[in-house]
Amino acid sequence: MTGSGTGPWVGRSVRRLGDPSILRGEGRYVADAIAGQDCLHTVFVRSPVAAGVLRAVQVPAGVWALTAAELASVAGICPTMDRPDYVPVTTPVLASDVVRFVGEPVAMVVAASPAEALDAAELVGVEIDRTPPVLSVADALRAGAPAVHDVAFPGEVNTVVQGTLTTPGFGDIFNAAATTVTVSSGSARQSALPIETRGSLADYEQRTGRVTLTTSTQMPHVTRTGICTSLGIPADLLRVVAPDVGGAFGQKMCLAREDIALVHAARQLRRAVAWVETREENLTASWHSREQQYTLTGAFDPDGRLLALRADIVADVGAYSCYPVTFGVEPLMALSELPGPYALEHYDVRARGVLTNKCPIAPYRGVSRPAMTLALERLMDTAAKQLGISPVQIRLRNLVREFPHTTPTGLVLDKASYVETMQDAVTAADLPGFRVRQQAAREQGRLLGIGLSVFAEHTGYGTPAFGARRLFMTPGYERVEITMDPSAGVVIRIGSSPHGQGLATTLAQIIADELGIAPEQIRVVHGDTDSTPFGWGTFASRSLVICGGAALMAARRLRQQLAAIAGELLDCDPWDLVFGDGRITRPGTESEVAIGHVAGFAYLNMNKLKSTSGSGLYAEAEYDPRGTFSNACHIAEVEVDPETGEVKILRFLVAEDAGRLINPAIADGQICGGVAQGIANALYEELVYDEDGNLSTASLMDYLPPTSAEIPPITIMHRETISDTELTGAKGIGEGGTIGAPAAVLSAISDAVTHLGVDVFQMPQSPHRLHASIQEAKQEGRA
Amino acid sequence: MSRAKRDLILYVNGDRFAVSVEPRKSLADTLREDCHLTGTHLGCEHGVCGACTVLLDGEPVRACLILGVQAAGHSIRTVEGLAGENGTLHPLQQAFWDNHGLQCGFCTPGFLMLAAGLLESADPVTDDKIDDVLSSNLCRCTGYQNITRAVCAAARVMRQ
Repeated sequence: MTGSGTGPWVGRSVRRLGDPSILRGEGRYVADAIAGQDCLHTVFVRSPVAAGVLRAVQVPAGVWALTAAELASVAGICPTMDRPDYVPVTTPVLASDVVRFVGEPVAMVVAASPAEALDAAELVGVEIDRTPPVLSVADALRAGAPAVHDVAFPGEVNTVVQGTLTTPGFGDIFNAAATTVTVSSGSARQSALPIETRGSLADYEQRTGRVTLTTSTQMPHVTRTGICTSLGIPADLLRVVAPDVGGAFGQKMCLAREDIALVHAARQLRRAVAWVETREENLTASWHSREQQYTLTGAFDPDGRLLALRADIVADVGAYSCYPVTFGVEPLMALSELPGPYALEHYDVRARGVLTNKCPIAPYRGVSRPAMTLALERLMDTAAKQLGISPVQIRLRNLVREFPHTTPTGLVLDKASYVETMQDAVTAADLPGFRVRQQAAREQGRLLGIGLSVFAEHTGYGTPAFGARRLFMTPGYERVEITMDPSAGVVIRIGSSPHGQGLATTLAQIIADELGIAPEQIRVVHGDTDSTPFGWGTFASRSLVICGGAALMAARRLRQQLAAIAGELLDCDPWDLVFGDGRITRPGTESEVAIGHVAGFAYLNMNKLKSTSGSGLYAEAEYDPRGTFSNACHIAEVEVDPETGEVKILRFLVAEDAGRLINPAIADGQICGGVAQGIANALYEELVYDEDGNLSTASLMDYLPPTSAEIPPITIMHRETISDTELTGAKGIGEGGTIGAPAAVLSAISDAVTHLGVDVFQMPQSPHRLHASIQEAKQEGRA
Repeated sequence: MSRAKRDLILYVNGDRFAVSVEPRKSLADTLREDCHLTGTHLGCEHGVCGACTVLLDGEPVRACLILGVQAAGHSIRTVEGLAGENGTLHPLQQAFWDNHGLQCGFCTPGFLMLAAGLLESADPVTDDKIDDVLSSNLCRCTGYQNITRAVCAAARVMRQ
């Protein structure tokens, strides 16, 4: 990695600019702000039952608490979509008449210290009349099932979103096909599980009546809008600050009801009020994700071409709708993106979101794509087996090769390398060599398997894509403001809100190349609604693409301003000037001027210039692209222990194409971290509810994120296909690792145990689940 | 629950801290709130994630599973004690920076102290031993590869 020298900077593994202070322990996460603050502390009293009528909340004398009764003036959270099948439901800030999941906040207790708040919370009495909970999709959709919300459902009770689509002529093609193949697959509930839990400090300022909410969020501006809407106050009365954020992965992009209560309490008490979530609360009552089932039927021609695809998708969305993306986020993404990288024409799909008395869902890295890719790739493997061709052949016959390609749902796949990356990975994996090793191992009683997955990762999409989903609130664009000071120092203010992705470094690399200065001269200001332009934050593999594109545009505008002045100083056409090493040079001559000199001129000597568009150096830009697609092929090699069902991943390959690599080390870091989460999803992590709706996996003794012992070495190969859909040439890369890994791992497990009559389709394939499948196959004599 | 506080002396990074804490207060909270050393982070409060790892008399411990009062009189080292006087990075910190061994940085102090406990001990350090020890803590961002790489690189530097 490099940390000094001269440009160009893009394409180099520049060391991240903010790391030394974090490494010295000087990071400032929200709990660090709280530790140094004279403030009150909060504990939320939460519902111990999954469903019931809330009869009373008794707060003893001497305890300061908020309940729904004190929040009559505060509106609940009710995100909406412009679709007739979407059923809006409201999340009250604190449960009022009904409780709908274990962990739902019922009261907020405030005291002088965290320990005293905990003591006081134990004195609060909660009376609930239990009602029968709805704990699965099957439960929720059976005739006579209780409704989780007392609202009108246009279709089945508890179905809150139902997207359908049938392409013209689907039935004829589907019914006439030579072969149909059906697979059912799915994912358990999972948690994004950032190592830093959620937390916030709401600090009331007596002088102005403003509250500053320092909170661990991915979306400071949207958080402000959401809270002010609920409280009915002007946005300027709230400043939201995202300090250092200790991981998020989607879990910190939706509005937290706890934050609304906190700001309200700070305004009532005219004091600073803090809350730090415990890990148990985080697992129980933060956000869950991924509980989805897919039934796919593919109609194939004899050569293995996928002619038509029928899909039924159902997501268990829990008890409430997340703001701003709603509980439609999982089913509707699956509906729109399921066809993936394959040249499919005929598509028939139904995707539903169904309410249950469980923790609400929110996006988690990849959202529906890990489960969606698992379904589609397992369909391809199953069809290949049935048709007697190899998994590689069937993909070669179906992958998109001509660009742009419009999918049956209207998405446009821009230039990519689906075939090429698969070939890269397959070559590196040495399939023939593996088959020899597999056979030799089997003779010793060891079960090895190999599996691959290919996918397209939708990234960097702006308002057109969110608008197409018909979200009432439509995220997408990003704005930046850039200034150069009289000493040539650059400050860029952004609406994105990075939290570990290295965006401050990659933006600085992009800007440094435009302005001919070093990345260290560029400071990126983010995560503060008082000092950054409105933006949507960091999620959906969008920040480097969208905010990076805006930064490039703004830097070019600033460069034009510098060039105009330098052109006059050097007496030449501004267009001819070359920027580099802190200087602006007239090519082919010795004639040059330091950028610092030009910057000083722009502020201090404007009277000496003939042509000027005003003093100072300032530009802004906004970027709102339609979106792009990164792509990759993952290959996993596994060993299955048939006695225990344990899976060990021996080797993991990623052949990836995210367009231009601004910083290869950061890109590889995103891939490795993503793959680790994908492996976690494939093998280990599962949120389990018992028959009463209690979460049985509410600690890290029960919910099992992998350690380094479970994550194999990951080999990464890059291609850089530049498409013309994004300004910097960089496609997003934040989610791909997580998207591709589960399908590759489950495919490899199936390859290892197929001779035993076992094929796996559900994640996680934890030892007990795989062991049971192997035993069942033995008993049925399938092997 | 008793709120009576106890006075105790902690020796942290060579400095003496006289603090007064409730007996139920964890060492992690004592370091953060009473010694104002917030580099030690809390990720799970039940001893699994290891974000709060500090050295107690040279041995890595989970500061969330030890009470402040239990650490009275002992020598504690936290992430703030790694860098040199003028902020010069410790070889481990330098290696984490050079190898992109951190993303969000929240688990990083725990990994640094876990690794410092290993690399500064008298026992011989092998790559297998490093692999084994690093599996004590959780990181959600990096996929571990660069953390392992960084610790191996630091081990080489520190052996020289």
